[in-house]
Formats: sequence, C-alpha cells, structure tokens
Amino acid sequence: MVQTARSEATRAALGPTLVRLCREGLDIVCVDADLGYSTSAVKFGQEFPDRFFPVGVAEQNMIGVSAGFAACGKIAFCSSFAVFAPGHCFDQLRMAVAQPRTNVKLVASHGGLVTGEDGASAEALEDLALMLSMPPFNVIFPADVVEAEQAIEVAARTDGPFYIRTLRPKTPVIYDDSDYRFELGRWHRLRDGSDVTLIACGELVKAALDAAEALAGEGIQARVLNAASLRPMDRDALLAAARETGAIVTAEDHFVHGGLGGLVAETLAEEHAVPVAYVGMRDPYGTSGTWEELLKYFGLTPAAIAQAARDVIRRKTV
Amino acid sequence: MARAQTVSTDELKSIAKRIRRHIVQMVAAATSGHPGGSLSSVEIATALYFRVMRHDPQNALWPDRDRFIVSKGHATPMVYGTLAEAGYFPVEDLMTFRKLGGKLQGHTIMQQPPGVEMTAGALGMGLSFSLGHALAGRLDGRDYHVFCLLSDGDSQEGQTWEAAMSSAHHKAENLIAIVDRNHIQNDGFSDYQRFPDGNGSRPQRPGGWVLKDGHTANIMNLEPFEDKWKAFGWNTQHIDGHDFDAIINALEAAKAHTGQPSVVICETTKGKGVSYMENNPDFHGKAPSPEQLVQALKELAD
Repeated sequence: MVQTARSEATRAALGPTLVRLCREGLDIVCVDADLGYSTSAVKFGQEFPDRFFPVGVAEQNMIGVSAGFAACGKIAFCSSFAVFAPGHCFDQLRMAVAQPRTNVKLVASHGGLVTGEDGASAEALEDLALMLSMPPFNVIFPADVVEAEQAIEVAARTDGPFYIRTLRPKTPVIYDDSDYRFELGRWHRLRDGSDVTLIACGELVKAALDAAEALAGEGIQARVLNAASLRPMDRDALLAAARETGAIVTAEDHFVHGGLGGLVAETLAEEHAVPVAYVGMRDPYGTSGTWEELLKYFGLTPAAIAQAARDVIRRKTV
Repeated sequence: MARAQTVSTDELKSIAKRIRRHIVQMVAAATSGHPGGSLSSVEIATALYFRVMRHDPQNALWPDRDRFIVSKGHATPMVYGTLAEAGYFPVEDLMTFRKLGGKLQGHTIMQQPPGVEMTAGALGMGLSFSLGHALAGRLDGRDYHVFCLLSDGDSQEGQTWEAAMSSAHHKAENLIAIVDRNHIQNDGFSDYQRFPDGNGSRPQRPGGWVLKDGHTANIMNLEPFEDKWKAFGWNTQHIDGHDFDAIINALEAAKAHTGQPSVVICETTKGKGVSYMENNPDFHGKAPSPEQLVQALKELAD
C-alpha cells in the first residue's frame, strides 16, 4: 500500500487559500449560501468581512450575484455543497456564467459518495456531468488538499468560469513533500507502467495507486494518471496511455455516465479505441454510512480497481 | 462623459415613438420576436437613457456608468431600439435582428452589442445580477445606480424573491428595480386586471384556467404586489408606466432614497401604441404580418 503522512479534507483548502490570494492583492469577493462554515469559505469572511456576502440559503441568487460582481471586474468565488450548486442552479450557471464567460469560481464541497452519513440526497453523483456539459467551464476534481489549494489559486489567477469539487472527509494527502504543481489540462503521471493505465480523480487517485501496488505484486505494471483537470482534459496523456498500455480503467466517485468514464470513452472512441473498464457509481444512488464503508459497499476500492484492470487486460487484442 | 440630461418631455415622446417604430419594424422583418413586452416598456427605457441615467455610448463599459439591466431578456426589440437611438450602434443595424451573422440575437447577450449589460432570456435572473453590480459599486466606492427591469413573469420566479430578500438585507440603496407590470405573459393573462371579461366568467375553483381560444386566464396573480415588496424591505412606488413625468419623478426619488433598495412598479399596457396589440396576449411573442405592420406604422407616425 502507498503510505501517506496525513489526511486532510480538500474542502479545508478554500478559505485559507482565498485569504492568502486576497492578501497578495487579488480582487476577490466571496458569496455564500449558508454553507461557508462547511466549505471553509467563512475563513475568508473572518479576514475580509467587506468582501464576504452571505445571501442565505439561495443558491440561484448566489450564482447571479457572483456573476454581477464578476461583470464589475471582481474575481467572484462562491461555494456550497455540490448537491445544491450546481444542483439547484444549473440554469444560472449556464446563462449568467457559462454563456457570457463571467469570472465566477464555484467551489462545491461534499461531492460524491464519501459525503457519507447524510445519505443519498446529500451525495452529489451528477455534479461533474452537469458542469462538464457546459464547455466554457474548467472542471477540476483535486486528488488531495495540496492539489486543491493549487487548483483554487489557478482558478483565481485564470480568467473565466471554474468548477472545483471538494470533499467532506479527511482523505489521504498524496502530494505532501512533493514539487508537484497542478496545471490546467495536464494529467499527472504518478506511476509508470506498460500493461494497463488507471485513470482516477479525487480521492480515488490514492485508491488507484494502491491498486497499482497490488497489481505489481502479480507482475502487472499499471500506469496511474491523476485526471484532476477534467476540463481541459489531457488528451495527449490519454492517447499516449491508450497507445502504450492498450487498456484503460477509470475510477471516480461519481456516476460513470457523464463523468470521467464518459469523458475517457468519448475521446478514445473517436481517436484510439482500446478496452476500457469503469469503476464508479451507476445505479442505484448512495446511502448512509461512513465514507470508508460506502466506498467498500459500492466497490470504489483498490481491490475493485485492480480487478477491473485484470479484466480489461484480458480484453486486449494482441 | 454623461449625456446632457436636457431632453424635454416632448422630445422624449418623439424618441419613444421612433423606438416603437423600430420595435414593430424589427420584429416584422425578423418574422418573429416579442413586440408586446417591448412596447410596454418604451417610456421606461427612454426616460432612463435620455434623462435619468449617467452613461456614455462611446464607452459602454465605463466603470462609473449607471446600469440598465434587463431581466426580461426577450424584450430585445426595446433594448436594441433604445440603444440604437441613444447612439450605441447605427440604427440601420436593427434590421439584422435575429439574423444569422448579425449581433442582435433574439434574446440579450452580454455586451453584444456594447451597451447590453446581461445575457438573459431565462426569467428571474436579473435582480441577482443587478445586486452583484450594486454591491460591487459600494465595495469600490463608486456612486453609480443600478436599474433592473423586471416583468410579471420575472416576478413569479423564485430567484427574484431570493434577490429581493438579499438586496434589502444588504441595504443596497443604489439598486432600483422597475417592474413593467403589464399583466400579460406568454400564455395569457397574469390575473384579471387586463382580462376583457373582468372576472365575470371566472370558474368556481381556484387557480388559472384555459380559455376557448387557448390563452390562460389568471395564470399567477401577483397581488398584493406592492405589499410583497414592502414586506421584503423595499422602498416602493406605484405609477403609470407610460407617463414620463411620473417615471422620471419616481426614479429620481428612488435614487435619492437611502438605506433600502427601491422598486418602481409601473402599470403598463402590453403592446402599447399599436391598437391591435394592446392587451392582446397573441403579441407577446409574435410578429405582425406585412399588412399589420403598415397599420402599426400608421398609428405610430409622428
């Protein structure tokens, strides 16, 4: 197993990163719909009370107000839980942000099954699909808190719409003591291999690394890519993986349709078809449990990724 | 630089007539579009661009400009006709309305052409967007005002009331909502106030009902409308939306009001100025025929 020194929630990156960037002079405002305590946005509010705007439990208004700020030159951050934004406000994201390409950054916490005990209604499994359906949005799902901080900074410094998905539980940090820098459109190769490629995003990047370790014990060399930058995606890395390893496994805490699995399948079907296996949610929706129990219950585990890799390797045409 | 606000009321009336002619001509040339709710809001837009607002047609993104943010994004004939008259782009361009390759899309697109503040078309979003502009102005120490035009339909969207609540909460005194209250919307009559039969044929059950001609009566009654805004913490005025003096006085009073956002509810007539369009739900989103255009232009002649 790949060991990590600590665990931290990716949602904890938002407030402190915005504080740092605003102190550096970036013209940031933050609009909040009564979940800033959970998304860590309130830390920005404590430091910059004149730049923090609570609008109550009103996600549609939150997006509209953010777009208005952006139209006046502000870097407009807003945050909520992923079931509420984009869940409550797809039309506002489409018309007030995506179409006019306003400089709005939605950082949504509590993505995925790992939201845990709150149960199915609180577990966003469609948010990436919604956001990927709007081409102007950059869509990022960081693998850990270090990458989340970097992605938030890239979003603040890059003009245009961003969606960043963060998570509730403390998940393993994989980029501590690393010189890794998140880049838009680049899928970081965490491990090289020639038999199969495991492409993961979010907390399942760590699971993919663990799966690769297990596969190595059987003589299977798995490449591991961190697909945090879902849009823009890393077409070159994906096509190289298809050509050089001939088989792909995707892993995501989201419905595979419309998420990373769909993205990979669409691209490979058009450019270089190879066998693909998908680890992720399909039907039914999630349920209550601890986040680690849920990942096991629904098969979003290193063991499931390794099994998918064995299966997909057998489907290769040699 | 700000426009010299010396245009007389008689001149405003003649500008309004020209804008009305643009509206019917654009929609007729495009053979589609939304004349009814454009004609109802002509005096509001004319008063803003030619008397009340500080703006510069040569510098549409001037940071200190007053904003006119149109939430009812289907009222493009009014928006484009007014911007052209105000000098934002040549009047001849109006005939590219809704045409491929032109800049004048069927619903508004932000800064296309320059002067259009907001991408709109899905109702209910303008007041939130306007609040963002208003709060940004306060944060930056700018003294501009934000005027947001809402429709009956806008006032039925939940987001409008989210925005109303938060505008008062944040004491956005530089925000002024203007409601083009023509009481007619896509499917028919919002309530009974412009319904030809009064409420005489109202069925013995609650809610809206579909008439023989396919229009719906009493789609969603907004009354008591002014009280709703008051209850949400707004400074309110209720005026005749075709009376220039009333509009200008109300907007100036709203600008001077402090501590609260202001709303000016303008009672208007859908299709105002063209006899067969007035209070006729058919012309919410339909173009006049060539013969009807001739008649409209006759009625709108100087």
